[in-house]
Amino acid sequence: MNETVLVLTLAAAVSAGTPLALAALGALLSERAGVLNLGIEGIMLVGAVTAFLAADASGRPLVGLAAGVLAGAAFTSLHAFLSVTMRANQIVSGLALVIFGTGIATFLGQSIEGRPLAARLPRTSIVGLADIPVLGRVLFSQDVVVYGTWVVIVLAALYLTRTRTGLALRSVGESPATADAVGIRVAAMRYAHVIIGGGFAGAGGAYVILARVPAWAQAGTTNGIGWIAIALVVFASWRPLRALAGAYLFGAALRANFALQAAGITAVPAEFLAMLPYVLTIVVLMVLSATDTRSRLGAPAALGAPFVRDER
Amino acid sequence: MSDMSDIPDATAPPALEAVGVTKVFPGVIANAGVDLALRRGEVHALLGENGAGKSTLASILTGLYRPDAGELRMDGAPVTLKTPRDGLERGIGMVHQHFRLVERFTVTENIALGDKRLPWRWSAAKVRTEVEQLAGRYRLPIDPDAIVGELSVGERQRVEIVKVLYRGAEVLLLDEPTAVLTPQEADALFVTMRALADDGRAVVFISHKLREVMAVSDVVTVMRDGAVVDDVRTADTDPEALARAMVGRSVDLSTRWARSAPGEPVLKLAGLRLDAVDGRGRLEDIDLEVRAGEIVGVAGVAGNGQRELAETIAGLRRPDGGTVQVLHRDITGVRPSQARMAGLAYVPEDRLGTGLAPSLSVTENLQLTRSLPFLIDRRGGLAHATEVIERFDVRTTGPGAAVGTMSGGNAQKVLLARELDVRDGLTRAIVVAAPTRGLDVGATEFVRDLLDARRADGCAILLISEDLDEVRALSDRIVVLSEGRIVLRREAADAEVTELGLAMAGQATPNDAPDEPSQGPSGGPYHEPGGPR
Repeated sequence: MNETVLVLTLAAAVSAGTPLALAALGALLSERAGVLNLGIEGIMLVGAVTAFLAADASGRPLVGLAAGVLAGAAFTSLHAFLSVTMRANQIVSGLALVIFGTGIATFLGQSIEGRPLAARLPRTSIVGLADIPVLGRVLFSQDVVVYGTWVVIVLAALYLTRTRTGLALRSVGESPATADAVGIRVAAMRYAHVIIGGGFAGAGGAYVILARVPAWAQAGTTNGIGWIAIALVVFASWRPLRALAGAYLFGAALRANFALQAAGITAVPAEFLAMLPYVLTIVVLMVLSATDTRSRLGAPAALGAPFVRDER
Repeated sequence: MSDMSDIPDATAPPALEAVGVTKVFPGVIANAGVDLALRRGEVHALLGENGAGKSTLASILTGLYRPDAGELRMDGAPVTLKTPRDGLERGIGMVHQHFRLVERFTVTENIALGDKRLPWRWSAAKVRTEVEQLAGRYRLPIDPDAIVGELSVGERQRVEIVKVLYRGAEVLLLDEPTAVLTPQEADALFVTMRALADDGRAVVFISHKLREVMAVSDVVTVMRDGAVVDDVRTADTDPEALARAMVGRSVDLSTRWARSAPGEPVLKLAGLRLDAVDGRGRLEDIDLEVRAGEIVGVAGVAGNGQRELAETIAGLRRPDGGTVQVLHRDITGVRPSQARMAGLAYVPEDRLGTGLAPSLSVTENLQLTRSLPFLIDRRGGLAHATEVIERFDVRTTGPGAAVGTMSGGNAQKVLLARELDVRDGLTRAIVVAAPTRGLDVGATEFVRDLLDARRADGCAILLISEDLDEVRALSDRIVVLSEGRIVLRREAADAEVTELGLAMAGQATPNDAPDEPSQGPSGGPYHEPGGPR
């Protein structure tokens, strides 16, 4: 494998990891509040189709991004309502979101199926940094969403560990009864973080259509990366910075088969490599369903449990 | 209140006062016209049985409930508390029996949680300093950087106290704070309570333990059936008078009964071992014999292997080593039904859940352990349930009532009826865990009489309880379990609270825990069990 292929592969891995990182951040914020959101894939599709339509109509990719964020957040408020107010089973509600979101996206996407998007995100090299050998090409010759992802990830990490609200958020995910007793509004915190999380997932979906795939391909547009994002949260022990690193790793895995093919290595069938992220996801979801391993991995203790104030 | 004119600041209005407070829940008058005056500088005991209305009153005082009639006054001025947070902001703090702590947070994070005075980007260092100051001032040793999940029950309670003090509580309510403590820890808590009162705060000590109320309080208010039945200075009363007021009749406080000569060993544990899962629930070389006609009490602080011990004997867990025998028959690791066939009855501490199926009826619960034909004899089951309800005085709407809807005492009676009221002569060994926890005096007496009767029938009874008073009241012999090991063995008559308490805290020397004497109740060779850890 020559150097150009390596650099190109790594740069593609960063780009491929970006929607994963955004969606994982969304799932992470929701889970830190104690609400499991399995609907990420559906939310990403809703975000993606909205972003396509808005960018296409306005001719501006950033308008598409904003629309994707808003659509993702609005759509996710359904999950917030079902799991927080109605205290529905969060797994069922999340899966319903996937089916519903896929339905919305395919319906809205009927007219644009197979159509490429003209208003794609342009590359914005960072002056100075882009000239660094290898790293410059890999990290600093990307688009604004890649850079923006770094900023929100770092801010999210600081928010969780250094701020009063972040502390309150973590307590809501760990022990809502304790949080409630000291006057933290559990339901409000959950609503806010589930919905903001949905916004990030929507952004991830928008990025897929604005920068990653060549054309709208209905449900194949996101191609299951919403599920990978959920698995990623577990790998990252519910920490934003680790989620970013993990996203790039998964991004590399997603790109690995192309790279290997380009380098002429065919010992491992491409299908196996393409399968890898999804297999890992299934393993992680199995692990996540076992309570004792869950706590050892550092999952929020109240994850998946609706909160009912115990008054007599 | 003219009888309080002798206290120093009697003229000043109380820090917090309930005047004619009434609270009605569907079907129950929880508080009926309750008056209570909490003064600065005093430790005020709130005494009463379970269900007497103490918890409701405390909930009203802290703002969780609002009274249906009557009012609260702070320093003489009427106040309305809408939420516990409202109460806390006015300086009323409560330490609950079930701690409200986030296990994965540090002590400092737990204390800072929900404090809106902190800047949005808060710094742990500042809170930490304040925590250390409060802890030092009131003798509450805690490590501000420790993870709460790794602390003992006593330490967690100290964190809770510091937490309400940090919020500036002037009135502190402690709900049954000694229930989870060793006697030494309880004594240390009393020192802290006294220091808090001396510092000008009003301290409320909610309890049903007469001895502790006498030891620490300045004033006692006794509640029964939702009403205040006595309100006296502690110095002017005595335990008998308080007990009478609490129960409404004379009570025999001497609970120790004459010990009969025990017979042959029935329940035998030899080298029982359970390896740690996640560092918890370890048992280490448990050697113990329970003979026919004796009750052996297992004392210890919660989480030191009691539950594991009971479940291992009952066949719910498979031990990693050692044997369990009932009448020379090895039942190690057999299924619970087989253990039952071998003559073992089991009353778990978790009544509604492990013991009984909450949504099933009395009849169905009573039938669960019987070997039934494929088609259930409904009429026979109903007749048996009706008979049990009558003989055990179970207060319920009928044999078809779901046990989950019944009070703790009545549910416990159903469970005991199933496990202990066996007249087939099959049951020879009984494992009971916390049989009187949460029960009122009447139900407690009933349970004790039933255990006593089984003992007289020649059953071997192993009583496992975190309530040292319960263990001391019922047992012929006492062993102390600490970190999964038996660290002390004593005849109940020789067991001193101090010694038991130290052992519960894990401070006994290895010499205090000899192996089970193999011949007779006393004597027997001392034998070092594996040396110090």
